[in-house]
Amino acid sequence: MEFEYPIEGGDFTRAGMASSQVKKVLKQLNIAPAIIKRIAVAMYEAEVNVVAHAFKGTMLVNIMPDKVFIKFIDEGPGIHDIDLAMQEGFSTATESVRQMGFGAGMGLPNIKKNVDELQISSVVNKGTTVELTTYIS
Amino acid sequence: MTEKVFHHALKILEDVCYGCTHCIRVCPTDALRVRYGKAYLLPERCIDCGKCMKACPVNAIIIDQDDFNDIFKYKIRIALVSSILIGQFPRHYSSRKIYSGILEQGFTHVYEAEHGAGILAEEINQFIENNKSVRPVISSFCPAIVRLIQVRFPSLVENIMLLKAPLDLAALSFKNELLERGYSEDEIGIFYVTPCAAKIAAIKSPVGEENSPINGVINMDLIYNKVYRDLKKETRSTCIVPEKEQLKAEEMGWSLTGGEARNINGRCLSIDGINNAIDFLEGIENGTITNFDFIEVRACDQSCAGGILTSSNRFLTTERLEERIIKYENDKIEGKIFNNKTIDNHIDFVKGKISIDKIEPRSILKLDDDMESAMKKMGRIQRILSFLPGIDCGACGTPSCKTLAEDIVQGRAKTSDCIFIQTSLNVAADKEIRAEKIWGKDRFRKLT
Repeated sequence: MEFEYPIEGGDFTRAGMASSQVKKVLKQLNIAPAIIKRIAVAMYEAEVNVVAHAFKGTMLVNIMPDKVFIKFIDEGPGIHDIDLAMQEGFSTATESVRQMGFGAGMGLPNIKKNVDELQISSVVNKGTTVELTTYIS
Repeated sequence: MTEKVFHHALKILEDVCYGCTHCIRVCPTDALRVRYGKAYLLPERCIDCGKCMKACPVNAIIIDQDDFNDIFKYKIRIALVSSILIGQFPRHYSSRKIYSGILEQGFTHVYEAEHGAGILAEEINQFIENNKSVRPVISSFCPAIVRLIQVRFPSLVENIMLLKAPLDLAALSFKNELLERGYSEDEIGIFYVTPCAAKIAAIKSPVGEENSPINGVINMDLIYNKVYRDLKKETRSTCIVPEKEQLKAEEMGWSLTGGEARNINGRCLSIDGINNAIDFLEGIENGTITNFDFIEVRACDQSCAGGILTSSNRFLTTERLEERIIKYENDKIEGKIFNNKTIDNHIDFVKGKISIDKIEPRSILKLDDDMESAMKKMGRIQRILSFLPGIDCGACGTPSCKTLAEDIVQGRAKTSDCIFIQTSLNVAADKEIRAEKIWGKDRFRKLT
């Protein structure tokens, strides 16, 4: 079962809308609440990352009987050093973004903590792809 | 797991209801439908918030209550009243006078349900301290919210604090006092005077606790009317002034918005109104709202002052109760408070019974227990939705096109229930049958 949601870069007002929709679907599919919670946290963090860093992006969700696979593809600056970005506390966020409560440098580590598999690939000045896999059975 | 039958205090009067669909649109859990021209309730979905009752233009939705005369089955008849009741009356009627008025109705004792909130505040703080992995802790005070979380936010069920409400603690301590004074169990009748439907449902089928110590429930508007009439007439020349046992300041405000949060350590917030509650709980569930220690959530606007069974304006009620707190605090400064609280003699007993069992989620959102079947059903819902008009007119008897699609897939409705689909149906006979099933025969006689 596949879903696709567009994400607008810079639109913090609507950040989280796509995640909220997916969460509703997961609830309807009777996926265990604890798993939904983890997916919701990871998915929201990833969505906010696109909003905060990219020009625009897409969230692709594929729900299979044994796992939930979510892929974020964005057009944006890309990540220079993925290993550095994975470190807790590392952030490239500007002061204005931090004032909105984002950019604490916990995004990627927090995603990693809440999913079973995390794949990041990035081309500088082109964009980033983040893939989250959560097993449900 | 066996399915439990849920007690609902809300009842629909079939003779009065004319199927206007106002109620089905306001229900936060999509628990109402119109069939045969009458509204009906899907019991597993209803959380007893009372929104439908407020929306009904003809008062066809009522709250079932115990027969008032049941109180006389007991030798000791206690009116356990929410302090919200005081706020129902104009300010010139003192709380003593109001409580005297309640005794006049045949009770032997009046006891405020918020006694015990003081002990509870300590226990909540302890609970938060002991459960550091649970954040935010969500209050269990409002039974409509507990049920809302069970049915719509199953992943937040484990955030609900597992502690009883003040009214249970008040009832337990007062009953224990009477038992110690030598009365037997069956001589004691505790009747809760409730400002809302959810409390009734919580007492009749409690979530997370065995049996309630409360013997019956009386609607606040009934007591208000009885007492107010007597006060107006001033027929009684001798007023029995009850022995006054005062609530502490924090207890007086417990049922108002902020009443709990104010007394809890850490970062706390109070939310009132069911739609605000849903919004906020969504935020917690999505992980967008974080770093709170304690959340007080109440289903009614202005908390219990806005309860469905209250008679006065909710803001005036709040004002009166806030004045009462200020007066208490002034009296305290002037040394006028000599408080000997019954519950203070039963602290260990009450604390021993303060916990409730784990609360189980019971999601109404899941389309099927089996995930693969749920996925199939979701696919069908999407297909059905693509040809429904999407204007949520309610003429099919469900709140929205989306609920109709879900009902069709769950076998509760048919595609031809949609009046827009009906216009394209060829078989006239089926059309009439379907229309009658939703609206009843009479509605169509009215048109011809």
